[in-house]
Amino acid sequence: MSTRLSSGGRLIDRARTVEYSFNGKRLRGFKGDTLASALLASDQMLVGRSFKYHRPRGIVASGAEEPNALVGLGTGARFEPNQRMTTTELFDGLSSASQNHWPSLEYDVGVLNNAVAKFLPAGFYYKTFIHPRAAWKHVFEPVIRQSAGLGRVPKERDADRYEYFYAHCDLLVVGGGIAGLQAALVAGAAGARVLVLEQTAHWGGRAPVDGVEIDGKPAEAWIKASVQALEKMSNVMLRRRTMASGVYDHGYVLADEKVADHTPGDGRPRHRLWRIRAGRIVTATGAIERPLAFAGNDIPGVMLASAVRDYVVNWAVSPGDRTVVVTNNDDAYRTALALKAAGLQVPAVVDARDRADGALPQAARAAGIRVLTGSAIAKAHGGKRLSGVAICAQGGEGNAVTEEIPCEAVAMSGGWSPVVHLYSHCGGKLSWDEAHAMFRPDAARPPTGADGTGFVFAAGAANGALYVQDVLGDATKATIAALQAAGVAEVETVVPAVKAEVEAPMIPIWVMPQGAGPDLRMKMWLDYQNDVKVSDVQLAAREGYESVEHTKRYTTLGMATDQGKLSNINGLAVLSNALNAPIPEVGTTTFRPPYTPVTIGALAGEARGEIFQPLRRTAIHDWHEAHGVEWEPVGHWRRPYCYKNGAEIASAAVNREVLAVRERVGLLDASTLGKILVKGPDAGRFLDMLYTNMMSNLKPGKCRYGLMCSENGFLMDDGVVARIDEETWLCHTTSGGADRIHGWMEDWLQCEWWDWKVYTANLTEQYTQIAVVGPKARAVLEKLGGIEVSGEEFKFMEWREGTLGGLPARIFRISFSGELSYEIATPAGHGRALWDALLKAGEEFGITPYGTEALHVMRAEKGFIMIGDESDGTVIPQDLNLNWAISKKKEDFLGKRGQERSYLADPGRWKLVGLETLDGTVLPDGAYAVADGFNANGQRNTQGRITSTYWSPTLRKGIAMALVHRGPERMGEVLEFPKPDGSSVKAKICDPVFYDKDGEKQNV
Amino acid sequence: MKRYSVFAIAREAMRHHTGWERAWASPEPKANYDVIIIGAGGHGLATAYYLGKNFGITNVAVIEKGWLGGGNTGRNTTIIRSNYLQDPSAAIYDKALKLYENLSQDLNYNVMFSPRGLLMLAQTHHEVRGYLRTVHANNLQGVATEWIEPAKVKEIVPIINIDGPRYPVLGALWQRRGGTARHDAVAWGYARACSDMGMHILQKTEVTGVRQENGAVTGVETSRGFIGTKKLGIVVAGHSGQVAGMAGFRLPLEAVALQALVSEPIKPCMDVVVMANTVHGYMSQSDKGEMVIGGGTDSFNNFTQRGSFHHIEETLRALVETFPMISRLKMLRQWGGIVDMTGDRSPIISKTPLGNCFINCGWGTGGFKAIPGSGWAMAELMARGHAPLAAEFGLDRFREGRFIDESVAAGVAH
Ligand SMILES: Cc1cc2nc3c(=O)[nH]c(=O)nc-3n(C[C@H](O)[C@H](O)[C@H](O)COP(=O)(O)OP(=O)(O)OC[C@H]3O[C@@H](n4cnc5c(N)ncnc54)[C@H](O)[C@@H]3O)c2cc1C
Repeated sequence: MSTRLSSGGRLIDRARTVEYSFNGKRLRGFKGDTLASALLASDQMLVGRSFKYHRPRGIVASGAEEPNALVGLGTGARFEPNQRMTTTELFDGLSSASQNHWPSLEYDVGVLNNAVAKFLPAGFYYKTFIHPRAAWKHVFEPVIRQSAGLGRVPKERDADRYEYFYAHCDLLVVGGGIAGLQAALVAGAAGARVLVLEQTAHWGGRAPVDGVEIDGKPAEAWIKASVQALEKMSNVMLRRRTMASGVYDHGYVLADEKVADHTPGDGRPRHRLWRIRAGRIVTATGAIERPLAFAGNDIPGVMLASAVRDYVVNWAVSPGDRTVVVTNNDDAYRTALALKAAGLQVPAVVDARDRADGALPQAARAAGIRVLTGSAIAKAHGGKRLSGVAICAQGGEGNAVTEEIPCEAVAMSGGWSPVVHLYSHCGGKLSWDEAHAMFRPDAARPPTGADGTGFVFAAGAANGALYVQDVLGDATKATIAALQAAGVAEVETVVPAVKAEVEAPMIPIWVMPQGAGPDLRMKMWLDYQNDVKVSDVQLAAREGYESVEHTKRYTTLGMATDQGKLSNINGLAVLSNALNAPIPEVGTTTFRPPYTPVTIGALAGEARGEIFQPLRRTAIHDWHEAHGVEWEPVGHWRRPYCYKNGAEIASAAVNREVLAVRERVGLLDASTLGKILVKGPDAGRFLDMLYTNMMSNLKPGKCRYGLMCSENGFLMDDGVVARIDEETWLCHTTSGGADRIHGWMEDWLQCEWWDWKVYTANLTEQYTQIAVVGPKARAVLEKLGGIEVSGEEFKFMEWREGTLGGLPARIFRISFSGELSYEIATPAGHGRALWDALLKAGEEFGITPYGTEALHVMRAEKGFIMIGDESDGTVIPQDLNLNWAISKKKEDFLGKRGQERSYLADPGRWKLVGLETLDGTVLPDGAYAVADGFNANGQRNTQGRITSTYWSPTLRKGIAMALVHRGPERMGEVLEFPKPDGSSVKAKICDPVFYDKDGEKQNV
Repeated sequence: MKRYSVFAIAREAMRHHTGWERAWASPEPKANYDVIIIGAGGHGLATAYYLGKNFGITNVAVIEKGWLGGGNTGRNTTIIRSNYLQDPSAAIYDKALKLYENLSQDLNYNVMFSPRGLLMLAQTHHEVRGYLRTVHANNLQGVATEWIEPAKVKEIVPIINIDGPRYPVLGALWQRRGGTARHDAVAWGYARACSDMGMHILQKTEVTGVRQENGAVTGVETSRGFIGTKKLGIVVAGHSGQVAGMAGFRLPLEAVALQALVSEPIKPCMDVVVMANTVHGYMSQSDKGEMVIGGGTDSFNNFTQRGSFHHIEETLRALVETFPMISRLKMLRQWGGIVDMTGDRSPIISKTPLGNCFINCGWGTGGFKAIPGSGWAMAELMARGHAPLAAEFGLDRFREGRFIDESVAAGVAH
């Protein structure tokens, strides 16, 4: 059984016990434990079930590469599925539960899949569940979905918050092992701005566990001194618990800092997402040990040799009294020695190599450990925990078992793979290193930045320097190269000497024993979590899924939550053997961010609820809020849709508002309208290109309605343009279009007509704009006093500047409702005061604030088009009978040539008309008018569609606008509009101007 | 070809699965073919398949520079729907949907087509009107869609937040027949069926030039030498501009990166597809349990198949707001694909200025769902010179201004 050793454990504080629970069991660990080390110390060998076969699984690793040990962590609004035990720091009250089993971890019905595993090889689902057709949706898929998936579903809204942090540095060092610390020391001394990130809670990485000496002292002492030295440097910033998740173009790096995962609910943000712009990046991300593929290598108790060593040295955890070490390299002997030093038994080191004469094997032998060379594990025995291993020759087929060794744990090592993910994310290439059987970063083909030079430099084990003696030198070299690339020329370096046992070469072992037959290969796991075995990869190759990407997808190798950290290289090697092709030719799959999965909440940051997107407020926003507003989102703005009086429903409010305007006077907050100032000697010429009609000949003091089209000729925006002075025009755009049109203007000015002298400024937020509309509008303004607003002095389509009620104002006499109407602009700081003054002045006339829906109804009554309703990106102004707003005189404007194309110039296009139902009811929104027959694809022919439809409180009937085939030539014809429910409505074509056709009201 | 079935699996299980055949052959190129298709993505393979199945043309090679299905076909979020607004679009996408419904049986390969239903949320009044219009249009096109109210949305998708403070859900366009399929399986199933008809799928073979004589195509230069053909179909999505260049004509296309991501797998929590266009994000749950999430395109042209992070951020914000429970899931993987965008966001299935050379491209961000219908139409066009489903998607529409604009729901308001 696994237990806590009575002494040792460099990371735990035995004086401080921590209480936690697992599957409802109350347990105790120490401060400094991970959930994994604490559970192992409590003899919890079985921690989870695999994805496909629901096999019992134990802890394999000690870090981010762990594939098996996943739990649901926390409860309620702090519940998170699929948390890795090996990276979860223990805290008081931690509650955890294992996953993917029913009814319990010990007795899981899903394990039936395991019994029939031979019927469920890789890709079996592509070959079956085909008949009968309906069964996939109704039977097979639901069953598969239920048994797949891993963790439980979080039910509640996340109780935590997350934040972003932006950082810039000359050099980003990823990894706080000895390579990373050395890189930071070198760069820090050179004066560069350095940021160092370490994903765990501890500095130093593997060196302290491996018994290394640096500068004549234990590694631990050097690490401590180095961190102290770095902390003193003002140009160096150190962060633990921060995982660099992805490298993006141009030195952009994302990192996830787990601020409060180990202190949940303490008020701090849970995670902080670092968004880093780095001049250069040194990846000192270390290496990950590879498992060995032998039958039964997934039984709880089989662990990585490095992990066993970590558990013994860091957390004083014994994986069992007897641990068999199995390896193809010298490094694993360190585990044997560490176990021995902790007083545990190592019945044997099973070494696949024919010889093991290096210093480490010698030391093992000297410690009394039996070393079996040329040997392999034929099979591991056990169910929910390991009971022993059968030994055979590595060279054979595994049938001739030479020995059975009872044991509780196996420590396996298949060699090491550098962590090359970050180097590869942005296009860095790898090369195959025969000696260590691994891919390492190819310094000649790094990811390149904007200047064409490399911006990521791998250092230490991450660069393939697997022997610790070489690590500091390698890190120094990488750092110097990175600094020089960043323009730091003067670099002084000290490379401390590193002492460790010299290692003899490893040999690649991909399958154990070499000639294992199908029965054994079906029990050799490559990808633990997704249950991919050696036999599956071989099957994929046999069936022609030869590309490594095909194999990955066909078998799901490497697609689990550990992202193949343990399985990728082994799987690749098995594939290349099956294909009889060298590993580098088969190649790796693409490395994609994130390096380790990142909480989605952290990626989304603080944006949620009210501040999910920026909220743009007009100066009158709060007043609306306080007066029964029903909001309508318009881009990032909110606009009043209507104002409800007490219990009034929205439609009643809209009708009331319309009538108030038509009969008395209304008030509209029109501040969201786009207001773009266009100024300069060439401004007139520029606007003549932008608008379909002429703007250069507009007189100062006057306004003109204008249309803008895309190059293809389609209508994209409209609005009133006012000429301010000789060189200045003010262009009003739609609310939704303001930013886009401003961008459109700048696009033309910057990319095409860069020599024209024109400046633009988007003043949308600088002004409050209020429309005072209705027969009493003039009276209200007169009451406030200021600008002369009499009909003789101030005509329709003119503007005036001055004061109104003592406030600075620019008044435009324009109308979108057909009523007498003034739009008053005032600097936004006076906006609320103007609104209040108008309300007060209008009180005696029954002034009524109205919203966007009343605005829409009134413009439809008047037959005015609305961008986005009558236009949809496929409509040209001519379709809307707006030919009067298209200049015949101008040689060119944007959209002119587009409109000359045959389909757009076709007289048979659908054109704007009005519609009235025969019974006065409201037509359905978006309905199409049918024509006789069906088209070549069997679809019903159509001849028009409704673009706007409203109840008109003014006319007391339904009115609509529509685009109809040759519509204006067909007045009085009746069209049929089918509804989805099978019924249909009839409507008569009429003039789209339903109200005050001669414009008497707006011109008074 | 040995057929796939439960019985075949049982038989193979008894002999350690050693008897399975290759799903597709790996032949040496012949000197000449009747038809060459460039690009073994879904559209290229489906074109080849229907050439054989519907027209008996089987002396066909599909040439692929990488591995089959490795382009956008193997990178997309697999949403299938046919609730398009414009008639030509609805026709071809609905043909595709109907073919998807029987594709597993047709190919004897389980493509896991899952008609679980698809919702498009309306979160502005403008969107409401747009979807009401779509429902009417679909009704006349023979495509069943419905407008549903917020309460019904909540009933179908219990994990959704319908009354967020910024963009409350006002209803949705609901297509019951919409859903997803397994993208790799679609490519693999077609490839296996093509190979079975004797067609050649030439992987790791890059087309580097197009040879012509007297204004008509004669063959292609490839990394494995010249290969002659009577007819050529270019079906290379993001690389269409380059290959068209080899054939001597230009295309109204842009290439941009589109991104997607998945979460770690969890137990089933959502069995429909939800698209939220105002806030910009969409999500479904795979059979494996991953939440499959799609976002936006970069606004600059490139070929990196990566894409920038700020789109991921934007998409995840939108989805955390729409589905608050995903906040405590983890993003497992993100990736990008290069999509080919036309000006009107509709595809091109067309003859070209070069004789006997045809092109199928421009599927942009949404062509997975079209694969069977597109292959069907393209095969007919190549075999007969005319196809009703492809008629409106010709290259000449750009000259004539006869656009098929599906992006009409662009939100604008006064
Ligand atoms: C992230 C993302 C999400 C998406 N989500 C969806 C979705 O949910 N629903 C949906 O319907 N669609 C979606 N799409 C779009 C869909 O993926 C594509 O429209 C569709 O897959 C295109 O298929 P294809 O066969 O045309 O192209 P591809 O699959 O890209 O195939 C083209 C092939 O041509 C090959 N090729 C290129 N040049 C050459 C050459 N010179 N010689 C030989 N071969 C060459 C390429 O290697 C490639 O294999 C998405 C796309 C992306 C990127």
